[in-house]
This record gives sequence, structure tokens and C-alpha cells, in this order.
Amino acid sequence: MEDNAIQSLDAFLQRVPYNRFLGMRVELAGDEMTAVLPFSQHLIGNPMLPALHGGVIGAFLELTALAQLSLAEPTRRVPKTIDITIEYLRSGRAQDTYARAILRKVGRRVANVQVEAWQDSRSQPIAGLTGHFLLRNEA
Amino acid sequence: MSPQSQALGMTLVSIEKGRGVMATPWREELVGDPETGVIASGVVTTLLDHTCGLAINSAIDEPMPIATLDLRIDYLRPAAPRTGITAEAHAYRLTRTIGFVRAQAWDVDKGDLVATAQAAFMLNPRTQPRGS
Repeated sequence: MEDNAIQSLDAFLQRVPYNRFLGMRVELAGDEMTAVLPFSQHLIGNPMLPALHGGVIGAFLELTALAQLSLAEPTRRVPKTIDITIEYLRSGRAQDTYARAILRKVGRRVANVQVEAWQDSRSQPIAGLTGHFLLRNEA
Repeated sequence: MSPQSQALGMTLVSIEKGRGVMATPWREELVGDPETGVIASGVVTTLLDHTCGLAINSAIDEPMPIATLDLRIDYLRPAAPRTGITAEAHAYRLTRTIGFVRAQAWDVDKGDLVATAQAAFMLNPRTQPRGS
């Protein structure tokens, strides 16, 4: 993976206050990116179970999509989210969460991205997201 | 109040049967675009999800665990810089097992929305009827 792609991704994650609020980071193995959301108490939405807040999982999936897009096109401005659909499959337990994104289509103006999040096992996803993102020209 | 809703600074604006309104004030930590100071879309997502859950909870007679099945959000426009978000949700149809909710979010004016949402929730009554 080229250095400038990693740097641009790092800059994207560190520059945005809300990403730091969530505590999200990414790991790269070649051109494969895995987003990591380390568990933290403030991410809990249901203290009884306990379970991660559904909105936090949704936000993490959306940011994973944006990070994957920014990795694919490091020179572009960060895309704008048009719409997302989040499907919840299992409750997110009080532990680290991982996500990977697939760019299903990157057109001239719009990208379609699919993301899946898991905890213990990738074959047992806790949530999925499909989203459309508006691509913007270089800043 | 959950740790996440506290961390976001969410406040309950109003609640009635089947409807709820909640707000998240703007603060630096929640910014999604540092160039403009606009609040992150993830904050809008969490507020909408939370308010939808509130609307369902207010619509059912007996408290029971609920779980979001899916949540679709359209981001109509970016919020105004350095401005908080208010969300209103309406649980418009409940069956024995499923609740359907619509929600909307705005920054300044309820007539000028930043996002709309549609969600389905699973209702989990504590005592299941026999044979189910």
C-alpha cells in the first residue's frame, strides 16, 4: 500500500473530532482495510445487556465506508453520505468490533458501498450497511 | 439514560404515546467536518435511532426489550455549522412483534429537515404465548 494512501486515511481519521470521540482506527494488510472500534464504556446503549448503541454501530459502519472510499481515491475530498440502510443482525456486545467495506460501484458522481461488522467471528456479523455516497472533486 | 446518550449530551424534549422528541446540542467533540464545524452524521444516526426506540417504548403498554431490525436514513442536507440537532420519531404502527417508526431531524427549523429515517423494531414480550 502506498504511503500517501495510509497518510491520507490517517489524516482523515485524526482530523475529525467525532472519529476521535468514537475511538475508531484502521488496520491495513496490503490493500485490505479493517476498521476497528475498540470497546469503550461510553459506546454502550443498553447497560442492562450490556450492548453497544445501535447508532454507534451505524456510525462506525458509515465511517468505515468513507475510510474505504478515501483509501481508494486519496486525492479526492471526503465524500458526502447520501443515504444509508443499516441492518442489525445480532446485538453488539461490550467488546471490540471490526468492519470491512466493499466498494460495489464507484461511478463518476456516486459510490455504492457495502459494509459488514463483526466481533468474535467474521462469519457471524452483528450488522451490515449499504450506503450511497456523493463523490466530490479534488479540493 | 445510557452511557452513549449521556456522552452525546442527549436531552429529552417531549414524549407522548407513540411519539418522542430528543435533542443533541452542538459541541466541538461531535464535529464531523472540521472545516465547517458541522456536526457528524454519526451523531444524527445515533440520535435518530435513539428517538425511534423512545417512540416505540412510549407506544407499548408494558415495558419490554426491543431491538432495531433496520434503520434507513436519508441525509437531505448538511446541518448548519456549530448547531445541534433535534429529532422527532413517530411509532405509527405496532403489531404484536414488530414496531414501525418514521423519524425526522432538523437543526434550526422543523420545516427545513436535515435527515429523515424509517425503522423497524422487533418487540420481545417477556412472556411468549404458548406454541410460539
